Amino acid sequence: MSEFLHMGGYAAYVWSSYGIALVVLLANLFAPILAHRKLLTQLARRHQRARRMKR
Amino acid sequence: MLHFFHKLASPKHFYRISGNWIPWLGLACFGFTLAGLYEGLLVAPTDYQQGDSYRIMFIHVPAAWMSLFIYMVMAGAGVIGLVWRIKLAEIMAISSAHIGASFTFLALITGSIWGKPMWGAWWVWDARLTSELILLFLYLGVIALYNAVEDSRTAARATSILALVGVVNIPIIHFSVEWWNTLHQGPTVTKFGAPSIDIHMLIPLLLMAVAFKLFYVMVLLMRARVEVLQRERNTGWVQELVSDYE
Repeated sequence: MSEFLHMGGYAAYVWSSYGIALVVLLANLFAPILAHRKLLTQLARRHQRARRMKR
Repeated sequence: MLHFFHKLASPKHFYRISGNWIPWLGLACFGFTLAGLYEGLLVAPTDYQQGDSYRIMFIHVPAAWMSLFIYMVMAGAGVIGLVWRIKLAEIMAISSAHIGASFTFLALITGSIWGKPMWGAWWVWDARLTSELILLFLYLGVIALYNAVEDSRTAARATSILALVGVVNIPIIHFSVEWWNTLHQGPTVTKFGAPSIDIHMLIPLLLMAVAFKLFYVMVLLMRARVEVLQRERNTGWVQELVSDYE
């Protein structure tokens, strides 16, 4: 296990690459999820306000 | 079949159908990533020249391939948007720009981290590296231009033209390692004839490439859905959709 983590002496290079990849992929994944949720909330609120005005 | 595509191009149906696809794409992407990581980190042998540092390749090469692939998708969608004025194509183009920029960034930074132990330098002004850096600037230019124009349809038209002009950079990146004497190694997989790479290194590379491609399609659909909602916010179907929300 420790030999695996050691990566033949290149641990810092290999694991930082995989770590950065993880961060970039997660950012790509969560950006649209959060934007979607925010937009839906915003549109729902606007929709309710418009409905109240009509009454 | 044609009817299916025609329906898919309508924002309302796209929103619904893509919503059904995303979980399956995510599942497939997860499976390929796990298989790729297992094959790449545990099964693939240590390289006789580069030791274990070459394992950065399983991130670096798929990311670099995606940076080119996404650019072509973006430019292609841009042309479709320009010629046929299909809204969904415009949305695909701008959504691709953000994802493409992040893959280009990933290719550059992992290349830099790989370059330090192998070449002894984080960065060299070599043809491959420089043209890939220009690709990142092209993506950022497309995003900046889109954000600078108020009307989203005018913005889409302007960015499509910029993206199209930038296509000239794609063959330059691809052939840079053959046209010029570069520090960056030549192609080992995409050259004609048999790939000069060990099969146990090729398998994880291809698995990761598939995983990255699935990931791109998934987040592209996710981004496109948000953009569709934003543009269609005043239409009946969006009003109906949000009336159930919360």
